[in-house]
Amino acid sequence: MQQRAIHPSQERPPFWRDERVLSVISQIVVVGIVVGLLAFFYTNMVSSLREQLGVPIDYGFLKQTAGFDIGESLISYSRSDTYARAFLVGLLNTLQVAVLGIVFATILGIIIGVMRLSTNFLVNRIATAYIEFLRNVPLLVLLIFWAQAVFFKLPRIKEAIILPGPIYLSNRGIAIPWGIPTETWPTYTRILLGGLVLAIIVTIVLRERGKRTGRMPILSLWFLVTLIAVGIIGWFVLPQPPLVLDRPELVGFNTKGGRTLSQQFMALLSGLVIYTAAFIAEVVRAGIQSVSKGQREAATALGLTPFQVLRLVIFPQALRVIIPPLTSQYLNLTKNSSLAIAIGYPDLFAVAGNTILNQTGRAVEVFSLVMGIYLFFSLTTSLFMNIYNRRIRLVER
Amino acid sequence: MKMSPKVYTIGMLLSMVLGIIIAACAAPAPTPVASEEAAAPAAQEQAKSTLDIVKERGKIICVGNANLPGFGFLDEEGNFSGFDVDYCKAMAAAIFGDASKFEIRPATAKERFTVLQSGEADVLIRNTTWTMSRDTDLGMNFAPTTFYDGQGIMVRKDSGIKTLQDLNGASICVQTGTTTELNLADQMAAAGIEYEPVVFETADEVTTAYEEGRCDAWTTDKSGLVSRQTVLKDPSAHEIMDVTLSKEPLGPAVRHGDDQWFDLVKWVTFSTFLAEEHGITSENIDSFMDSTDPNIRKLLGLEGEFCAKIGLENDCFANVIRQVGNYAEIYNRNLGPDTVFNLPRGLNSLYTDGGLLYSPPIR
Ligand SMILES: N[C@@H](CCC(=O)N[C@@H](CS)C(=O)NCC(=O)O)C(=O)O
Repeated sequence: MQQRAIHPSQERPPFWRDERVLSVISQIVVVGIVVGLLAFFYTNMVSSLREQLGVPIDYGFLKQTAGFDIGESLISYSRSDTYARAFLVGLLNTLQVAVLGIVFATILGIIIGVMRLSTNFLVNRIATAYIEFLRNVPLLVLLIFWAQAVFFKLPRIKEAIILPGPIYLSNRGIAIPWGIPTETWPTYTRILLGGLVLAIIVTIVLRERGKRTGRMPILSLWFLVTLIAVGIIGWFVLPQPPLVLDRPELVGFNTKGGRTLSQQFMALLSGLVIYTAAFIAEVVRAGIQSVSKGQREAATALGLTPFQVLRLVIFPQALRVIIPPLTSQYLNLTKNSSLAIAIGYPDLFAVAGNTILNQTGRAVEVFSLVMGIYLFFSLTTSLFMNIYNRRIRLVER
Repeated sequence: MKMSPKVYTIGMLLSMVLGIIIAACAAPAPTPVASEEAAAPAAQEQAKSTLDIVKERGKIICVGNANLPGFGFLDEEGNFSGFDVDYCKAMAAAIFGDASKFEIRPATAKERFTVLQSGEADVLIRNTTWTMSRDTDLGMNFAPTTFYDGQGIMVRKDSGIKTLQDLNGASICVQTGTTTELNLADQMAAAGIEYEPVVFETADEVTTAYEEGRCDAWTTDKSGLVSRQTVLKDPSAHEIMDVTLSKEPLGPAVRHGDDQWFDLVKWVTFSTFLAEEHGITSENIDSFMDSTDPNIRKLLGLEGEFCAKIGLENDCFANVIRQVGNYAEIYNRNLGPDTVFNLPRGLNSLYTDGGLLYSPPIR
């Protein structure tokens, strides 16, 4: 008692008024409630599945025959394959759209983002209009418009537009000539692999020399030149060309031969690309603008050409600002591809979340798998982008 | 008092365990599989039956179609009409003595089972095919078939397509979540015909793609084709091929677990067949009230307590006939010669007329 009177400031308050204890207790309570709720929902779901419907959670159905056809597939698939394979078909279709979408959206996005910063009035306004229009239209509306008002309105297959090649353009899609592998194809792939190794070596050598002489060549250009050169030489050295051209032709209701990019695929891919490019353009613009004016002025004063200024000074610095938001655009594009069902493209969600779900009725199993796969895609994309981000980070001395 | 990290971690773990225990107690304890059979009847007695829920609510909710003229269609005034809708009305008439005490919960092909399973609706009457896996895996119980159908294919008249073989290489539009998606694959595989399926989620998307020439053909139940043909831009430019790909028995369904409710839906459906068999219609029903035929007396509730066996008043079937009509009346009102569809009865005639409609006796 006496002590308290003497040193009032050193005495602790009772624990129910001690801020540190309270904050710890409140955290524990919150975690308890959250975990409790999750556990409640889970047990509730499992027990009602088992008791009301008599169907416990079971992934065994994946081994059963699917029984339905899928419009397009990157691997061989027929109705007598299993649900698991149908899953895989959907997964690859999603992957195909996502990967191509990311590549094209990035290219288009950078072009438009740079256009947006142009001092040329017309170029600048076109880019602004593009961005403002697309950013303010819901993606689903855009996709359906794109599929129904643009691609459906192409001529029917019988009146297809035939471009030289021949390329058939119809509301079925686009049929283009395509290479068919011949006997020498396996050898050729090995040659290409060798070319790749050679290209990497060339790049490293050139970089070392660049460091020594202080004049750095455009490495990516040399990389490509080497690879292509090996590709061309290999093609002609082989006794028989590794690929022969297969031209599409009109047979009955459809084109045969070549390769057909379906209308649904084209509509989905182009819809996703032009939509995401608008967002990427803004990200790129913000990144470039974040590089201070002095940098550009200094670079110009050193006598660099405008292209060199962009490539060597502005872009490397802008990238640091661009990469994190760009990553989320990539993730968005991948996830947005699940709108494919609206225009009839058989992506993962359309195949699994619709057809498989309907044929089996196993909502929990199907959706847990679908969510797991999207999560995996997203986490992998994030991982690579984070690694890249770390590499280009400003190294402070 | 200082919280060491150790105490903190232990606290967290404890609270998680506690959370799980509390949740597990709150949720119905999962019954071990072995005692499931024994536990089921007891549990059912305690839980409210579907009929009680419907009576308390004051109306029955049916999963229905909003886009299929003649079967289930939502008109401009916001009213539902059609063959399937009339069966929903029949249930309302039997339960409440008032055919207007019903509500349609529209659903697409893929949503319909979930809506029923989740308890959002009481019965599914939406041109739904009775199949074994729906009956078992999806936990459905099917009442008697009200419409015997088969899958057909629609093509443009000027396409010159007459047989399945003509469809080689064609692209065919189909709606997801239907039996038709599977039948198509089966039949084409059996016939060795290559085709490109284009799958959409709703009937409207399917018909748009077909009309725009994206697909050479589209397929669904023949009744669905006839019905949707009336809403195409130029109905006369299309025709339904003379092939039938499958058996599509369409009828009402309820979820597993409430046998009394299943019986009710089943017998209300049968009562419309029986009424036609005995020639009782909504117009002449009063003249049967002094009938001496025991079969008619039982159906109209003048003899025995049959409606009580499904939890209803004795005039339950009489109300169905009086307010909604017998099978022939329901059929003709929605699909018969006076409608745009003019569908011949075919298999959907009484067994006495060479059809498949056959009701077990009320006794
Ligand atoms: N009877 C088949 C098909 C039923 C079905 O959904 N038919 C379509 C085609 S006419 C339909 O009613 N669609 C209307 C809609 O989804 O809005 C089944 O049970 O799977």
